[in-house]
Amino acid sequence: MQAQKSEVPAIRLEGITKQFGSVIANDHVDLSVKHGQILAILGENGSGKTTLMNMIAGIYFPDHGRIFVDGEEVVIRSPKDAFKYGIGMIHQHFKLVDVFTAAENIMLGLEEKGKFSIKQCEKRVKEISEQYGFELDPSKKIYEMSVSEKQTVEIIKVLYRNANILILDEPTAVLAPQETEKLFNVLRKMRDDGKAIIIITHKLHEVLSLSDQVTVLCKGKYAGTVDTDKTNESQLTEMMVGKKVTLSIDRSEPKNCTPRLKVDNLNYSLKDGTQILKNISFTVNSGEILGIAGVAGSGQRELLECIAGLRKSEGEILYFDPKSEETIDLHSKKPLEIREMGVRLSFVPEDRLGMGLVGNMDIIDNILLRDYRNGKLVFLDKSDSKELAEQIIKDLEVVTPNASTPVRLLSGGNVQKVLVGREIAASPTVLMAAYPVRGLDINSSYTIYNLLNKQKENGSAVVFVGEDLDVLMALSDRILVMCAGAVSGVVDARTATKEEIGLMMIRNKHQKGNN
Amino acid sequence: MWAEFIRRAIMQGIPLLFGSTGEIVTEKSGNLNLGIPGVMYVGGIGGVIGAFLYEQNATTLNPFLAVFIPFMCAVICSLIMGLIYCFLTVSLRANQNVTGLALTTFGVGIGNFFGGSLVKLAGSDVPSINLTATSSYFRASLPFADDLGWFGQIFLSHSFLAYLAIAIALLASFMLTKTRVGLNLRAVGENPATADAAGIRVELYKYVATCIGSVIAGLGGLYYVMDYANGVWSNDGFGDRGWLAIALVIFAMWRPRLSILGSILFGGLYIVHNYIPNLDVSGQELFKMLPYVVTIFFLVMTSIGNKRNAQPPASLGLPYFREER
Repeated sequence: MQAQKSEVPAIRLEGITKQFGSVIANDHVDLSVKHGQILAILGENGSGKTTLMNMIAGIYFPDHGRIFVDGEEVVIRSPKDAFKYGIGMIHQHFKLVDVFTAAENIMLGLEEKGKFSIKQCEKRVKEISEQYGFELDPSKKIYEMSVSEKQTVEIIKVLYRNANILILDEPTAVLAPQETEKLFNVLRKMRDDGKAIIIITHKLHEVLSLSDQVTVLCKGKYAGTVDTDKTNESQLTEMMVGKKVTLSIDRSEPKNCTPRLKVDNLNYSLKDGTQILKNISFTVNSGEILGIAGVAGSGQRELLECIAGLRKSEGEILYFDPKSEETIDLHSKKPLEIREMGVRLSFVPEDRLGMGLVGNMDIIDNILLRDYRNGKLVFLDKSDSKELAEQIIKDLEVVTPNASTPVRLLSGGNVQKVLVGREIAASPTVLMAAYPVRGLDINSSYTIYNLLNKQKENGSAVVFVGEDLDVLMALSDRILVMCAGAVSGVVDARTATKEEIGLMMIRNKHQKGNN
Repeated sequence: MWAEFIRRAIMQGIPLLFGSTGEIVTEKSGNLNLGIPGVMYVGGIGGVIGAFLYEQNATTLNPFLAVFIPFMCAVICSLIMGLIYCFLTVSLRANQNVTGLALTTFGVGIGNFFGGSLVKLAGSDVPSINLTATSSYFRASLPFADDLGWFGQIFLSHSFLAYLAIAIALLASFMLTKTRVGLNLRAVGENPATADAAGIRVELYKYVATCIGSVIAGLGGLYYVMDYANGVWSNDGFGDRGWLAIALVIFAMWRPRLSILGSILFGGLYIVHNYIPNLDVSGQELFKMLPYVVTIFFLVMTSIGNKRNAQPPASLGLPYFREER
């Protein structure tokens, strides 16, 4: 683009402050991006990254501070104003209407002159797709789409509005590695096209591989901006956390391994006949972490839910009780029956606020959900839960005003700490965790990893479903690789290579296709 | 006789059609207005007040004014009801169900209060108000309808409000599916946060859609008094038509065009007991349940089918506040 224009920042923030009640989400934050540049914003959960971006996109209005677009001061009072200045935001939780088609979603809220024509919109969507190398059917309904397709719709939506400044809020949190790479290629293309791009992410290696500059926020405060090529992981982490942290997972050798859970020939199909799990067989030992790797939607979620008794499957699920040395068949038992048989099985589902916790209830009540049968007669006994809640808040450093705050008001990492804290408080003999660090920042992630490790040392059998292969390989003892609902192999996490596992994840790729 | 049956079914269905079209437009904005029965009732009494005052004060009735004044009174009264609902649920974010139910109670109370007052003013012996003169202007139909046999009887013998009801339903259908405003409105009802992020003024859409919906529903009350009841207002005569209109919304799967057919079907089911010989009172009441039975049956069917297109707007009944986290 114009040489002169590229010197003036496309967008510049100065001293932005925003307060929610008594919480200061942003405290005098500065930031600037030029055209043809990718800026990464890094910060822990609750450090105010999303709030800051929402102020640029017109969702929130800053209490103090100034915003400049192309060198001129602007006031952004609503998303409409943001579009006017060429700012488009792709939210972490997609802002799409499920029952609309892609084209309808893209046209939403547009005030174009001329006839209202979906056909014309679809044509332009196709043009944009070709320009940047997207694949999208504009007449497909959103509820029929995969996560990455939805994200494509969001990106095209802002491009359709001729946005020059793109903000992406944790775009990779829900994507598989290949999809992430695809997205990054698109973003690089856009940067070369002269667009200014701001990307929020937790993942340090993504920051380093994609961005030109990094702005770091720490607890709502501006912690500095550095050029990506002059920094490294440990410096960034230090800026972000405010202190030095060690980024290594302490993996101990598995001890006293005896089979704890044996799954044999497990099959599971949906009502409409689609087979989700095919002949799954594996064993989990006590005192080890079994990682489960696979492209998102390969049946990992269903597998854990079958074991936890939430879905009806066919096959054998045997549990070897460490005390009585009895063998108990968990197959086709309901969660309550499993508990009543004395099996201490804990499950951290991937859908934290859907299956794990009740968003509108406070921390104490959520903990009580596991123990409400302990009260006398019809009365609940809250004292134990209250104690446990206080302990979890203290031990896991949950950031919350107090124990009676509804969990939906906590940030993602803190919600997860409450959930994991509750599940391990039952001192499980089998702990299953599905994507426990999804959307969590580094510090919280490592807290969770340490918790899992501790469970392993205590002799639990831990099943860990993850998406980040580096983490899986550093944390697990063995890794089970799934592909399209079947086990493609079990490898030793200490000796296996990333390429080897990656290949196993996509073997039989032609059979894939159901999410 | 069957032509007469269909004609009566249509007449019975028109108030429901007004009510359900109004409620569909309202619900598409995410507002579940359970105050519709009250709004229709108030629309009816509004028309009655206008007509009563005009008949009392004018020496000779001008046909245009005799229709226009009650019409505008009904529109204004139901508009006020819509505004109250919006102010409470959109601006103050009160619970929609409670507000709606309160509005129904309130509307029926207001209607009965003014109904009673007017009866007293008219000095009538019976507890009803007779507005036959005004009603005759409302009921004016095409003069040649009677000459065309069953075709005329079914399709042409109705008053202008009946055709207006169908026109509004078709217009609403067109607006919702084929226009930019309709797309935006549906987005507001499905996912207000998305609509907001897309630059749509969510509160404005909710206000306008709910108020227009209320006005449309209020006309149903007017039609009931002036056409169906021949200009005779008696307290509580409106019955449970308001709830039937809401049931019809579900039956029509939030599609105004389907609710045209649905209203006639419901109207037919509502009066079919009059056309079955030798029914005693309890039998009649059983037949009057039919529209509700059909609705329940239909609800079950659509839930089993689990069709995404037949579902209510996703954020129906939920308040929206941009800065809530």
